[in-house]
Amino acid sequence: MKIRYFAWVRERVGKTDEDIELPPDVTTVSDLMTWLAARGEEYAHAFENPKVIRAAIDRSHVRPEAAISGAREIAFFPPMTGG
Amino acid sequence: MATIRLQREDFDAAAEAAALTRGRSDIGAVVTFTGICRGSEDGDPIAALTLEHFAEMAETEITRHVEDAQQRWALLGVTVVHRYGRITPGENIVLVVTASSHRGEAFAAAEFLMDFLKTRAPFWKQVESAKSKTWVEATAGDDAAAARWEKPRG
Repeated sequence: MKIRYFAWVRERVGKTDEDIELPPDVTTVSDLMTWLAARGEEYAHAFENPKVIRAAIDRSHVRPEAAISGAREIAFFPPMTGG
Repeated sequence: MATIRLQREDFDAAAEAAALTRGRSDIGAVVTFTGICRGSEDGDPIAALTLEHFAEMAETEITRHVEDAQQRWALLGVTVVHRYGRITPGENIVLVVTASSHRGEAFAAAEFLMDFLKTRAPFWKQVESAKSKTWVEATAGDDAAAARWEKPRG
């Protein structure tokens, strides 16, 4: 599964995207954030406050409880500040 | 009927508005909103803003909200242009142009689209000052502005 990062989430993780093989017990966006946070110091820093992080599955906004099965691409980013 | 562009280059708001109405006599109102980079943030002078975006998703999200606006109001034309990259004070950031027969629809749709661009379009502003680079934080006011459109109308 492809994971993409934007803005300060990208800066903290230290990469724009990566392909990850997920264990079967990671089934929601929230699970995925918890799982990523345990991957290392930079991930722990990026996901230290998962409440403020927004996610998109295949380019649509989703809530943390959204199921990730069948997703091709999941993106994580801070609240948006465009316009 | 809608033009949506994400671009690094500047845009000409007057030319975009003129393009919407050219050769038509059914349009009675055009609202043009331009968002411009301020020279200070919370009282501190800034050197520039850098806008990061998630291109593929931004295009999809903006299209969805333009279609939503077209369902809500009788619009005769919509143009949205959002810039990305480094933008210095005084430069344009975003453009929304809406056209309709009467002003009410065009005003409401332009405001609706701006409220959604602020909170749902995947763009992130980073402020560059003489000393540092910091990410702009989302404001509760912008969330509240977008949320009022979720209430049933009428």
